[in-house]
Amino acid sequence: MIEVSNLSKSYGTKPAVSGVSFRVQQGDILGFLGPNGAGKSTTMKMITGFLQPSSGTAKVGGIDVAVDPVGVKRQVGYLPESAPAYGEMTVLEFLEFIAESRGFRGADRKAPVERALRLTHLITVQHQTIETLSKGFKQRVGFAQALLHDPDVLILDEPTDGLDPNQKNEVRALIKELAQEKAVVLSTHILEEVEAICTRIILISEGKVVVDETPAEFQARQPGARLDEIFASLTKSDV
Amino acid sequence: MTHVIPVFKREFLGYFRSPVAYVFLVVFLMAAVGLAFFLGRFFDAGQATLESFFVFHPWLFLFLIPAAGMRLWSEEKRTGTIELLFTLPLTTLEAVVSKYLAAWAFLCVAIALTFPMALTVGYLGDPDWGIILTSYMGSMLMAGSYLGVCSLMSALTKNQVISFVLSVIVCLILLFLGWSVFNELLEAYLPQFLADVLANFSFITHFEPFTKGIIDPSDVVFFLSLTGFTLFLNVVALER
Ligand SMILES: Nc1ncnc2c1ncn2[C@@H]1O[C@H](COP(=O)(O)OP(=O)(O)OP(=O)(O)O)[C@@H](O)[C@H]1O
Ligand SMILES: [Mg+2]
Repeated sequence: MIEVSNLSKSYGTKPAVSGVSFRVQQGDILGFLGPNGAGKSTTMKMITGFLQPSSGTAKVGGIDVAVDPVGVKRQVGYLPESAPAYGEMTVLEFLEFIAESRGFRGADRKAPVERALRLTHLITVQHQTIETLSKGFKQRVGFAQALLHDPDVLILDEPTDGLDPNQKNEVRALIKELAQEKAVVLSTHILEEVEAICTRIILISEGKVVVDETPAEFQARQPGARLDEIFASLTKSDV
Repeated sequence: MTHVIPVFKREFLGYFRSPVAYVFLVVFLMAAVGLAFFLGRFFDAGQATLESFFVFHPWLFLFLIPAAGMRLWSEEKRTGTIELLFTLPLTTLEAVVSKYLAAWAFLCVAIALTFPMALTVGYLGDPDWGIILTSYMGSMLMAGSYLGVCSLMSALTKNQVISFVLSVIVCLILLFLGWSVFNELLEAYLPQFLADVLANFSFITHFEPFTKGIIDPSDVVFFLSLTGFTLFLNVVALER
């Protein structure tokens, strides 16, 4: 469902992502790992059509994002890093705006908005303005916004960032459940999260894919070692 | 283009969700009326016209429209909501147009709220309502062009202060080109035709006929094409 080939992006002369390629099928949950500044968010921004790649292509559902960006955006639910939202709106107003922008007009908005509120446990704060919410709740608003239109592809940049342990588990369970008929890409710094839900790991470092394998294969690199030890041995170049 | 509606609605109502809109409206009305009364000697003139009110609009807009327009794109960039907006299924042009139209509608509300001025004149005397109507039209058109410049400037930076300053500078240039004092200066140093060409790019030159009751198509075309051009550059600046 997602096909990324040779994707590169430079800011000025500084390369952020260089020659990243991978595929994600329906049912896959791809865990994006890598040290800070590795290029995870940049890669996601290019797949969602927010950033234009310097070279290479990204296709979602067979549509090249450079050719038909709106066609790609229709199929994708995207949670940007740190979950930006219009702070002066209430949660309900915000989700209704997203629903309307995604083509649910008038009374049609009700069902998807309610579903999103229910799945992310936001019903109790639906009339509160977003800027007055705590960080975890803001994060949930971002998640609600991403899954509102029940997209075929979910791209989640650090979806559990700022959530309490209960919510982390909830969100992981939800992602796992949703993923059955979707393709999911998520980035995270929590290695247990990858172990718990991901069907595949991609580790990038300095803009390049270092590892692309299943969690079991990743663990098998150093049997008995903790995941963070394996992570450290693969990325220690920038220490 | 139906994608324009949700963003337009969000943006327009957004003004009223924060105190900024109310502060802006109060300042706008006070400044508009205050200039007419104190600088324009609105009552002393003893005439039933709004000329001394409209004559200040180009100057009033010079500061107030950059104040209203500076956050247009800068704010989206600063808070990161631009990433949300541009991953919704709409084109850059649709986003630019809908945000622009919402801000313009808000400015039109501000301008329309000065209508008690017209009613006062109507109560005290017997004004030419045709001229008042064309003056309002001209003012709203001109506001649209100012806003086009401000929208473009705010797309260039995530800093609202920089966006404000850039907008004032560009609008000031577009304003000065037609200011009589400045024009005489130009004519003294430049050949007549060049001075005329430059003056032709000014807000004042194209606004004045409206305040005299004249709707010259070339003035309408000037404001609309300036707006269109700035919005085109706005799209280019955001897609870069
Ligand atoms: N707007 C920008 N201008 C210049 N450089 C940028 C910009 N955005 C990102 N970069 C650079 O691109 C590189 C990759 O950044 P990116 O945000 O993709 O990292 P990341 O893997 O998501 O990191 P993190 O784990 O901290 O979220 C970094 O070196 C960063 O400094
Ligand atoms: Mg990141």
